[in-house]
Order: sequence, then structure tokens, then C-alpha cells
Amino acid sequence: MSNTPTDRRYAKSHEWLKDEGDGSFTIGITDHAQALLGDLVFVDLPEVGTALEVGSDCAVVESVKAASDVYCPVTGEVIAVNEVLDGAPETINEDAFGAGWMFKIKLTDNSELENLLDAAGYDALLAEEA
Amino acid sequence: MLATIGVGHIDALFDEIPMALRCGELEAIPPGMPEMEVSRLMQARARIDGQPLCFIGAGAYDHHIPAAVWELTTRGEFYTAYTPYQAEASQGTLQLLYEYQSMMTALIGMDVSNASLYDGASALAEAVLMAVRGNRKSKSKRILLPRSLHPAYRRVVRTIVRNQRVELVEVGYDGNTGLIDREDLEKHGGEDFAALVIPQPNFFGVLEAVDGLTDWAHLHGMLAIAVVNPLAMAMLKPAGEWGEQGADICCGEGQPLGAPLASGGPYFGFLCSTGKLVRQMPGRIIGKTVDVDGKTGYALTLQAREQHIRRSKATSNICTNQGLMVTAATIHMTLMGAEGLQRVAAASHANTGKLTQALTALPGVEPVFEGAVFHERVLRLPIEANKALRALAAHNVLGGFDLSVDYPELGDALLVCATELRNEDDIENYRGKLERVIQSQVQTPCRLKPDW
Amino acid sequence: MIYEHSREGRRATAQAPLETTEATDIPAEMRRSTQPRLPQVSEMQAVRHFTRLSQKNFSIDTQFYPLGSCTMKYNPRACNTLASLPGLLSRHPLAPDTHSQGFMACLYELQEILQTVTGMYAVSLTPAAGAQGEFAGVAMIRAYHDAREDSARSEILVPDAAHGTNPASAVMCGYKAREIPTGADGDIDIEALKTALGPQTAGIMLTNPSTVGVFERRIKEIAELVHAAGGLLYYDGANLNAILGKVRPGDMGFDVIHMNLHKTFSTPHGGGGPGAGPVGVGKRLEPYLPVPMVDFDGSDYRWLTEEDRPDSIGRLSAFAGNAGVLIRAYIYARLLGREGMHRVSEFSTLNANYLLKRLMDAGFDAAYPERRASHEFILTLKKQAKELGVNTMDFAKRLLDYGVHAPTTYFPLLVSECLLVEPTETEAKEDLDNFVEIMRTIKQEAENQPETVKQAPHTMPVRRLDDVRAARELDLAWKGSE
Repeated sequence: MSNTPTDRRYAKSHEWLKDEGDGSFTIGITDHAQALLGDLVFVDLPEVGTALEVGSDCAVVESVKAASDVYCPVTGEVIAVNEVLDGAPETINEDAFGAGWMFKIKLTDNSELENLLDAAGYDALLAEEA
Repeated sequence: MLATIGVGHIDALFDEIPMALRCGELEAIPPGMPEMEVSRLMQARARIDGQPLCFIGAGAYDHHIPAAVWELTTRGEFYTAYTPYQAEASQGTLQLLYEYQSMMTALIGMDVSNASLYDGASALAEAVLMAVRGNRKSKSKRILLPRSLHPAYRRVVRTIVRNQRVELVEVGYDGNTGLIDREDLEKHGGEDFAALVIPQPNFFGVLEAVDGLTDWAHLHGMLAIAVVNPLAMAMLKPAGEWGEQGADICCGEGQPLGAPLASGGPYFGFLCSTGKLVRQMPGRIIGKTVDVDGKTGYALTLQAREQHIRRSKATSNICTNQGLMVTAATIHMTLMGAEGLQRVAAASHANTGKLTQALTALPGVEPVFEGAVFHERVLRLPIEANKALRALAAHNVLGGFDLSVDYPELGDALLVCATELRNEDDIENYRGKLERVIQSQVQTPCRLKPDW
Repeated sequence: MIYEHSREGRRATAQAPLETTEATDIPAEMRRSTQPRLPQVSEMQAVRHFTRLSQKNFSIDTQFYPLGSCTMKYNPRACNTLASLPGLLSRHPLAPDTHSQGFMACLYELQEILQTVTGMYAVSLTPAAGAQGEFAGVAMIRAYHDAREDSARSEILVPDAAHGTNPASAVMCGYKAREIPTGADGDIDIEALKTALGPQTAGIMLTNPSTVGVFERRIKEIAELVHAAGGLLYYDGANLNAILGKVRPGDMGFDVIHMNLHKTFSTPHGGGGPGAGPVGVGKRLEPYLPVPMVDFDGSDYRWLTEEDRPDSIGRLSAFAGNAGVLIRAYIYARLLGREGMHRVSEFSTLNANYLLKRLMDAGFDAAYPERRASHEFILTLKKQAKELGVNTMDFAKRLLDYGVHAPTTYFPLLVSECLLVEPTETEAKEDLDNFVEIMRTIKQEAENQPETVKQAPHTMPVRRLDDVRAARELDLAWKGSE
């Protein structure tokens, strides 16, 4: 039974993106990604106002023994970041799809969404990788 | 052993290496020698270099090192261990490095210190790269570098940062004071720079007006990088307290803290910064933590900055550092204490004052810059500096560093230094010899000697 | 903590000048207002504290230390004693050449020895460690391409198994690092290399024997391919111990190399350094070598600086690098001599292959069982991790309980659950046999009482440390007694 939420879309590099309905999209990493990384000790977030290209490295999640780039699944401008992560990076470990969101973005081109996977597609990807 | 492996001859172990690549006996390498012969050779080599009386500073200083420092440092458990990758079996090195970080942050007045870089000059190059990454107000890759900074440091920084397209812009010095030229600096006030480098003391030994310079850098959106002599920090205002907010990064040569002159190395570079910049710091950092029973222990931390994890995105390529020199420095600082270091600094300052007084009493010898110095002073000679040094060296006195190559505008200028190890006899020895050298040189043009 | 022995006013008085002089000519606003918080202890307290700290370390002098890729061989005491002769220790780095002939003779001869043993055209000793040698080497590759106005070359190729310093050094020289996969046999994937090579290739960085502990058999073919693409070959000398006096990087086709003197030439590792990373080059890179270097005209030695070598990439340290380390390496080289050099590679290879065979007989899996080991080899504990739930980290920690420093763990990254074992030439057969017995015992423990292994170490000054806490709640300096 999959726990992958169906209300959002996914990148192959394990980021999720959720339409908030007000023109903004929230971005985070998947539960699978946080499990691979282990206990996170630091999250480096982009600054509000930064313009991000699709596929650009926009954030870093750090565990004790690894550091991983987070790639922006779409093109747009950062409009908010999750400041909770600054003091409590473990929030991503605890709730990657909820309280552990990373930043919000204003999309430049909605058609980019079509390149992303839905929950079933992402589950299939995970099955393939396993 | 060969039978266990299943081969007949040791050569068979190299069977995957193409025969055409084997090199055969290397006749150009001398045959091996027993320890007693190597010992005789090295004794002879050491002897011919002599032990001249040294008044050179210029980045490496002859200080007393307590006997216990190297007795302890060369214990096999420190000397022959490696990087503390297995923390449980390296608590000695790890705790010592944590103690080092504690002492350096106290001495410099900053939040964090790494566990060492190669030397002072390369530490400054790393500080420059760190400032370029860490300045959130500026995306500039330009750095203001004063000409009053050690010339070798300027060259090293250029070598190391050039290929990353970091631009170094030089700021001149005031011909009367030897200080960073404020007018020249102001010209850059409206431009975008990542950082201003501030030496204390500067290469001429002169004490810069660090408070004003630090505030100037911050006012213009730059980080302030301090390059200091750590011994001077026992007496002078620490970099973390400069100006309104303190310098952001401080680096320098750790040699005055327990490393012998030894022809220039191994020494160690130290690097401290504000807590905000810790993730931009290169090199190893040790953190205090607890084990599964809650007992205090020490471990390498923030390793995700480093090359073995972050690879091409690491803050630096540094791996091996100068651990053993830091071991010596930690023991040195412990034995000296704040009071001891302060006395050494004050005695070196006083001796250089006495040396200046003695030498400037000679006709034609004069100080070049006015103003306070730490323990070095620029003196102008009435004769060619280079010739004077050679003549002094022939009489076993190393009279200082010839500035005429790097600063031809200063004329026949020498940079001299008398640490706490030079006593009044030594100073008189130098004065007497310089007097004779000057006399013989200024007499030559008068053709008192026959013209062969 | 040394600070816990501190008492206000306590001093090791004998260490400092007796009088306190007041530097009244320095303006008050430039002076320090409060003393820095350094320990206040007696000399005996300091000696006892640091002696006790040293006893919490594993070291070559006290334990078998088979840390792969680090060459933890015995460091002969003569090297330290003779490098510490007063004339050498007190020499100022800016002393004139007239007072430096003995010192410079040692450096010059070391340049010659290293040049010969690596088959290179010229050597500069100045890089302070392997990573600085890598930086210098790649910077020379860049200088070479730039001088030919061949400036579109933007990539340095590195094998996926390379040390992290390789890609990091490439980036410090303004290049992009591009990874080349390793084949199943441990050699580089030649087809992937061919695909990656092109007009954008500045060079390739290789370690040979490679970081997976085997000799790259098709090295000549690789050299030809890279050269044909206009790139240069960089040799990472981390594993030079395996081939010293047997095979020379210059003869393999490498254009530039660095050596780790703290590995191959037995200078001490010092708890993390100092090292020394001299660089050697073929003829076409010679103009770019970093300064200073030592020259000899048949009667006198002198320094070669920027003035003599205008095309040099420049200076890497304020003086001449880690001179004291170079002197130790020189003494070691003179003790070894030419016949000792190839004995190093022969006996380190013998020890590694013997140890590998015995461990395989004891039921451990080699990562490349069909290959000859070089001076080191990789075990993979995949089977133990899967079947017993006891992983490489657990084995490593349990080894500490048995008085052996753990081999390198989880490097190279491409072999899962790996131990990289390098016994070096200085270990006796009995010590290798003892290690096999210990590994066998731990394997039995893993089968019968896995918790003992998973909870290890049990006998060290501390048990497993909380790395996550160390990184989340940063405590990097003592703030006073709590």
C-alpha cells in the first residue's frame, strides 16, 4: 500500500510539488528521499526572490555522512521558505510531505507541470529503483 | 607466504602489470645507507649551514619553545596517528583539536576555528574564497588586497584563486606611515567587492587602524578578512572586536605558537570566523557530543562541507592538514598561558624598539615609517641593502629582509625583527657589525683603497 | 578538558620572559582590554594532561593500522632525529643561500631521487600535501592549454572511485569534474571513457593502482586515447607505494603527478598532517612547475623563483612548503636507497596478497576476487550485512576492541559495505596472521552474538558517538564550565 500523496506531482530526482490553488506551489523532498539520507542536520534554502530554472540546484539537504542537492522541478520565483527548517531540519525526517516543506514558488510556465510524475508514476519509479 | 598465495616468486605478484612498463634497477638513485652513515651525512649538512644570529622576521619568527612542547608532540601516539576517522580510537587527537579550537577562538575573539590549513598564506587564499561564497550582500568575486600585506601572501593568494576568476585589486600604502592608504581605499568605496583584507600588524610591522578599516568594509557591504600574527593577539585588540561588529574572518600563520623556524615549514595556517560563516569554512572541524551512554566525546563534524563527501562541491580540496603542528601549538599555548604569550609579545616589541634605537644611532640609518609597530621595523640604510646583508651574513649575522625587490620605492630598506630571544649582547653585536659594514662601504667610493 | 585544571593565576612561569614590559607606545585603543581565556596550569599538569590524551589514540607505534589508501607504515625514528638537528631546525626560511647550502643539497637530491623513481622530467617539492599537489598539477594542465590558446577545454575526467580531492581540485582550478564509471573488473570503463573524451577534455586524473586496489591494465591505451583527444594525464600518487621502483608513472604515459611523501616516503601522519605533495612533470609541463625549486650549477645550490621561471603557476606557500617533511623524506630515501625502493613495493604487495588470500580462506568476500591485489585490497561485507544484520561499521568498531585500527570503511563508494585494507610492507607475518584471527573471531561473534558486534566498541574511552547531535547542536569551542 503506497503512502505517496495523490494531491501533488513528483520529479524523478525525488522532489514533490503541490498546487496551493492561490497561484503558488509548495516544494519539498519525498519521504523516500529523506529515508535514504537519514537524520538531517542542516537544510540550506534559497532566498526569497531568487529566480530558479527548472532542474537547477536550489537547496541542499545535509545528513552526517552525505549532502544532497535539491533540484527545482519547475521554473519560477521563490516567494517563501520554511524557516522552521533552520533550527529543526529533522522536521523533514518526521513529516517530509507536510511540515517538512521547503519553499514556495510562483510558476513561470504551467506547461512544465506536465513533465512531472503523478503519485502512481512516482511509485512505479521507486519500484524500479528497488 | 608465497605458497599461501599460490605463486612461486614475488615477481608473480606483479603479473597484471605489462612487462613493457617495468623499469629495472634505477642506477641514478644512490644505494641505501645504514643509519650511522646517514647520520654523519646529515650532521655535516646541518653544520655547514651554521647557526647565524637571526634578525629576520618577515613571516617566520624565532621564539622560545618550551621543552615540553616537542617532547609531548613527538610521542608516537600523536606523531604516528592519522586523521581521526575512527573517533572512538582517536579521542586524544580529537579532544586536543577541540581544545585548540577553544584556545584560538579565545585568542582571536571569534566564534569558530577550524583544525588548521597548510600555512598563513594559503589560509588567506582559503579565507578569500570563503568570503566570496559567504558574502550574502555581494555577488562580487573581487577582493581588496593591500600592498602592505606580505608580498609572498599576495603571490600565493593569486596562484590559488586565479583560476576561479577571483579578481584581486591592490590598495596602496601611505609613504609616510606605511599604513593602508585611505585615499586610495576611498576610490573603491562605490564599487562592489566581496571583502577587504586587513593585516595586523602589516608586513612593515606597522599597526593598522583596524577599527576604522573594519567599519569601512562593512559600510560598503564587504566582509572584513583579518590577517594577524597570533602572538600579537595576546597584546593587541583581537580581530573579533575590531570596529563596531568585529572582523568576519581571521586567518594567519600559526608558526609563532610553538613551531621552530625549520626553513619555512611545516607551520600551520589558522582560520577563524563568525558563527554565521561556519558552513563556508574549509578544513576539518571538531565538535563536542556524547556517546550512547551520554558520556562526553569528540568527533569530526560538519563533514558535508568537505571533499570526501561533497566532492566537486566541497568548500575546498584540502584533506591532510597540519595536525601535528596544531598539537604543538595547543601544548605551547597551554604552557605559556595568556600571561606568558603577552610577555613574549611585549618583550619582542621592546627588543625591536631597542634594536631600532641602536641601529638608528648609526649615521645614515633611519626608520622609514612613523607610528607604532608590533615587533618589526623598516630601516633605511645609507648603503645598498643587499650588499649590507651579504657582508653581515659573512660575519654570521642575518640582518633582516631586503625590501628593495618588492618595494623598490622605499630605497635601501630593511625589515628587521628582534624577538624575545635576542638579548642586549646580540643587539650590540649587530650594531657593531653594521657600523663596520657601513664604514667600509661608504669609504669605497672615496678610493681610500688602491684602485687595482 | 585542559581548562578544567585551570586556576586563576596559576602559571608555568619558567616558560616566559621574567619581566612584564608595558608597550606604552602602542595606543590604548589598539591594545587588548582583557586577557584571552587560555588555560592556567602548571607545567606538570600540562604534561600529564597531554600524555593522557595521547594514550587515548591508536597510532602506528602502538597498533596495527591497516587504513587503506593512507599507507600507515612504520616511520623510522632516524628521520625525525636527524631532521631535528639544531642547524636544520633553527634555519630561517629567508636565510641567504650562503647559509643554506646543506639544506638545499638535501632538497636538490630529493628532487633528483623523486624524478628518477617516478620517471618524470622535473620535480617541484613545494606543495604542502597531496591535495595541494593535485591543485598544482591541474593548474599546470590549465596553464599548458592556456599558453597554446586552447582555452575551450573545460572538463577534467575523474573515475567514479576517485578520492574526493580529485574532483574538488579540478573545481578549484576552474574546471568541471566529469565522472567515468569503473567496470565490473575494477578497471576503468574504456567505452565510457571514449564517449566522454572530446575537444572539451582538459585532462584525466587517475590513481594507479586504482582506489579499488588493482592495477589499471590498459593504462597505455588510456594514455593514447586521452592524448589523442588533446588532454593530459594526471597521476594521483596516493598508491605509489604499490609500484615504487617497479613501474614509473612517467613510463605509463602520465604528464603530471603528485606524490604523498607522508605515505610512500614514510613521514609521520601526525594526527592529520603535515604531509608533503611534490609534483613531477613531463617535459612539456616543465615551465609551469610551482616555485621555489632548487638549482645546482655543479658547485652551488640556489633557489629558482618567479624571476627565473616566468611561466610558473606561481607560489603555493609563503616559503618553500613543508621543508621539515621533505627533509624526513630525504633521509628515508637515503636509508632505503635504490634496492630498498623496490623492496617497498614488493613487500607491501606480498603482505596485501597474503592477507587477502587468508581472509578469503576465512570466509570473507573480496570485491575483485579474480584480480591480483596491489598493496591494498577491498573486502565487501555485503553478505554479512544482509544475512546477519552486522555491517561494515560494526566490524570496524569491533576491530578497535581487539586493538587493531579499522581499515578504511565505505570508500570507494561504488563497492557496498566495503573495507579497504592496506597492511603496508612494515608489518610482520605474525601481525597479519593475528589480524586474520581477529577477523575470524568477529565473524563468529556476528553469527552467534551479533549484539556484541553491533554495540562495539566496548573497551575504548568512549562508545559510539552521537554524530547527529554533534552536527545539529554545534559545540565547537569550550564556553566555560557548565
